[in-house]
Amino acid sequence: MLAEEEITPARPAGARGDSVRPGDQPASGSTTDLADVEAGRDVLQTATAPVRRRGAAALRAVYPPVLAVVLLLAVWQVVVWLEVQPIWNLPGPREVAEALARATASGTMWEALGTSLSRGVLGFLAAVAIGTPLGIIVARVRWVRVTFGPIITGLQVLPSVAWVPAAIIWFGLSDATVYFVVLMGAVPSVVNGLVAGVDQVPPLFRRVGRVLGAGPVALVKDVILPAALPGYLAGLKQGWAFSWRSLMAAEIIAVGGSIGFGLGALLQQGRELADMSIVFVAIILILVVGIVIELVFFAPIERTILRRRGLATDA
Amino acid sequence: MTTTTFPASGTGTAVETAPAVRLRGLTKRFAPDGPPVLDGIDLDIAPGEFVCLLGASGCGKSTLLNIVAGLEAPTAGDVEVGGAAPGKGAALMFQDSALFPWLTAGRNIELALKLRGVPRAEREQRVEELLALVRLDGAAGKRVHELSGGMRQRVALARALAQERDVLLMDEPFAALDAITRDLLHDELERIWTTTGRTVVFITHNVREAVRLGQRVLLMSSRPGRIVREWPVTPAGEHEKRRIESPQVSALSIEITDHLREEIRRHAR
Repeated sequence: MLAEEEITPARPAGARGDSVRPGDQPASGSTTDLADVEAGRDVLQTATAPVRRRGAAALRAVYPPVLAVVLLLAVWQVVVWLEVQPIWNLPGPREVAEALARATASGTMWEALGTSLSRGVLGFLAAVAIGTPLGIIVARVRWVRVTFGPIITGLQVLPSVAWVPAAIIWFGLSDATVYFVVLMGAVPSVVNGLVAGVDQVPPLFRRVGRVLGAGPVALVKDVILPAALPGYLAGLKQGWAFSWRSLMAAEIIAVGGSIGFGLGALLQQGRELADMSIVFVAIILILVVGIVIELVFFAPIERTILRRRGLATDA
Repeated sequence: MTTTTFPASGTGTAVETAPAVRLRGLTKRFAPDGPPVLDGIDLDIAPGEFVCLLGASGCGKSTLLNIVAGLEAPTAGDVEVGGAAPGKGAALMFQDSALFPWLTAGRNIELALKLRGVPRAEREQRVEELLALVRLDGAAGKRVHELSGGMRQRVALARALAQERDVLLMDEPFAALDAITRDLLHDELERIWTTTGRTVVFITHNVREAVRLGQRVLLMSSRPGRIVREWPVTPAGEHEKRRIESPQVSALSIEITDHLREEIRRHAR
């Protein structure tokens, strides 16, 4: 539309505000003008966030996984109907549900769940308390990193079940055995997560911290640790997963003594009684705990951190 | 040519009062037996002066600024910033705003105040004042990713001003911005420089930007980095606003560009 106006020669300059010859410029120059131009620029360059309905988003997030569970149950039922294995070896959803109801009614389910969950959470918290200062030291002190870094990485690869026999010999069939195995599984993950997080802090942030006058302690507290938080959180998630796995392995292998009755023991009991329904109940409970902890605890924290930093994909 | 009169008022006063930045024989080598990156630089910058440092990429401009900021140590020579050793006398701004993404705009500025030891009670009001100075009133609660590039650089400028250092070092702070925003920020920076009376050392590879902003433009050579020429830039009239489009800026820019190209061409032989 402008092109047509431009080739019209007789239009008087100034009749419309938009045609200005080079000589007319001093009009724009006062500071109030600049403030307005700047404010306009800010508005133009700032994206307005789309308004989302929370309910609809929640529904969209919930229904695909629910669909997946329904599909899995259907496949499971079909396999049972096909009698790939005799029913006492491969119970169907109905038999497992009945076994779960029995275990709930007798209190066995709650005892096993409570024992394992409290151990898992306690062991994980202990791993965080030990792994975090250790991670800071490994990440920040060069000689510690050079000497112990590879060993800690190696420990992360070593399945912590490998510690169970030794732990039984050292600590007997007690809770100490369980916690030892959990810590050996989780601490390296927490340490490595924190170290990876610190390594990924952009060097520019450290320089800014130093320019702003941060000393060594303030630099770690106010710049490096907050910047490393996403990597640290990834380490915590993995640490929890390793805690939970190690705990189950320990509970399945080490039964009896003063060791309480956890989900691993429930599973082992099902195997000994050749009651596959109970084995399935235990497996499903172990899985559900993992999923619930992720959904209720880690996912919201992760989402908040990423959204605040403008890293979330759904933001 | 009106703009190349020697000496300019800015350098004239530098001799009498103590300089804000004083470099003597500043030399930097990255390897002990390697070639010098900076070679015997002598430079005085007067308090309140706006100096632009111009040079091709890799000529050592940023190294020079890092040394003045105290982030790197010189191999030889003396550096004084505000009469003291470097590290305590200068604030530094980068091409990337380098705002911390886990903090809001306001908290980013507050962190600078906190690290300087400003009591908590005073910080909030000071943050408001600094945000108002860069015309971002009410943006304190915004997350970094919610701000445009120009707004981020203004927050970074407010954070640098929060350090209350006499010297403000700027390392190509507007290089990553679009031309319209950059042009606006030139006006903003000039206004803030006039308001706060800071000494500004501004690095750029944009000749027009250097002429638009600086009272003095220094041309650096590459390999080794030396200050080979300087031009005082006097505004055409006492109260006339300088604009990047003005004929005066263009004329001096052409002259400086010719020298810059000559500097670069020397390396072809």
